[in-house]
Amino acid sequence: MPTVEFSGKSFSVDEDGFIDDYKNWSEEWVQYVKAQEGIDELNDEHKKVIEVLREYYEKNGIAPMVRVLSKVTGFKLKHIYELFPSGPGKGACKMAGLPKPTGCV
Amino acid sequence: MAKHETPMLDQLESGPWPSFVSDLKQQAEKRAKNKEGIEFQIPTDVVEDLLGILELSFKHGRTHWKHGGIVGVFGYGGGVIGRYCDQPQAFPGVAHFHTMRIAQPGGKFYTTAFLRQLCDLWDLRGSGITNMHGSTGDVILLGTTTPQLEEIFFELTHKMNQDLGGSGSNLRTPADCIGQARCEYACYDTQDLCYDLTQEYQDELHRPAFPYKFKFKFDGCPNCCVASIARSDLSFIGTWKDDIKIDQEAVQAYIGGELKPNAGAHSSRDWGKFDIQKEVIGRCPTECMAMDGNTLKINNRECTRCMHCINVMPRALRIGDERGLSIFAGAKAPILDGAQMGTLVVPFIEAEAPYTKIKETVIEPLWDWWMEEGKNRERMGELMKRQGLQRVIEVLGVDPDPRMVQEPRSNPYIFWKEDEVEGGFERDINEFRKYHQR
Repeated sequence: MPTVEFSGKSFSVDEDGFIDDYKNWSEEWVQYVKAQEGIDELNDEHKKVIEVLREYYEKNGIAPMVRVLSKVTGFKLKHIYELFPSGPGKGACKMAGLPKPTGCV
Repeated sequence: MAKHETPMLDQLESGPWPSFVSDLKQQAEKRAKNKEGIEFQIPTDVVEDLLGILELSFKHGRTHWKHGGIVGVFGYGGGVIGRYCDQPQAFPGVAHFHTMRIAQPGGKFYTTAFLRQLCDLWDLRGSGITNMHGSTGDVILLGTTTPQLEEIFFELTHKMNQDLGGSGSNLRTPADCIGQARCEYACYDTQDLCYDLTQEYQDELHRPAFPYKFKFKFDGCPNCCVASIARSDLSFIGTWKDDIKIDQEAVQAYIGGELKPNAGAHSSRDWGKFDIQKEVIGRCPTECMAMDGNTLKINNRECTRCMHCINVMPRALRIGDERGLSIFAGAKAPILDGAQMGTLVVPFIEAEAPYTKIKETVIEPLWDWWMEEGKNRERMGELMKRQGLQRVIEVLGVDPDPRMVQEPRSNPYIFWKEDEVEGGFERDINEFRKYHQR
């Protein structure tokens, strides 16, 4: 697995740039991912999405369905794409340190 | 000299059918020679490495692609299927081998100008290998690297006015039969409806918002040339309401042998002289046809529009003039709880542009229901099983129709709504005990 260095921290990632372990997530990871995911500046709404994803994952062991994410954050899907151009899966989940989405994608 | 030895694949170059191995080798050679001087944006030997890793899979009897892959273009949640090989040192040409789905035109009619432009783009930025087409209908561009995805997307949209197809938990690329473009059976304009709904629901196609995937397919008649009843969550199948049109002179021409049955589809074998009694009247599933002297009669009230007589005598029998379509819901492959074909939910609906009734009274209510109630990765057909056909009927706001079932239920586990039962469900056991001792 390749490693990346950022702000004095190192992260193991897969080919798609997802972190190897949810526990290795940190603030620096978010800063590192944001450029790849087409985000200039992180605002409170970005942070809210990340927080909701991490809380849900910690509690349930899976990422929430898109509809659940919309309901809990109060952000419509359109707005989530404005925040995260790659969408909730490739964009927000990657930034939140969640495992890579699987299945017939 | 090829980069890898491929003894097993080489055997697939013999035989009469077009060999995918020969084609791949030809493409590998074309890239190696590069007569046009293209500045290939992904490894030149991508095709050789693909053959190499495929040969290895033939040897091992196992796949050599890693699990999953999440790549895409900004703004969309789908359209690209990421793929990485598990032997990147041995086969660096296919270390990245992503698939791009490109939306295809209705009925898959093309001009060479369009295809040339697409090939020029793919030769430069991809492997030059395609799948024409994926089972859902998309043009499939097979094999490129992550940095090329946005480049390809830019050129597709800016220079070719062309978009990606769908992937993920969303509306997948809709597909249709060729319909009225070249078929006299088509009961509505399949291509127009397919195009209209594809454009209408672009958001649902590009940004996964559903519990799971969802597919539309459009068949002009019950012959189902795009197999909508088996391969789409919502299947639109053309039909008619009035009478089959009979040209009695043409019927006589079939009987007399001037016209070949089934437009000559069985001419490779001698099936004897055409016998209308045996091949048409005797095969009608509802037995609603008869010859009255020299006149063919159809009792249209009993006709289920199975298409058999029309298929056998296309010059003599035609579809009716009051046309529309039926809608079937819930078809899916076996995973998780077994294969399903579509269930009739709308027996007849008009199919005239702008299709407002289809969108507002069928598609959107069904989506609203499934998006709210569907579990994670539950196809609509499974939700229909879990909550029952009567829920679909409520969602659509229609009356239950005998045509929606093949037969009534045989078990007596019948649910009643409380307001349908006199006195309701709230009962006091002490009242009961007044008449019945313990």
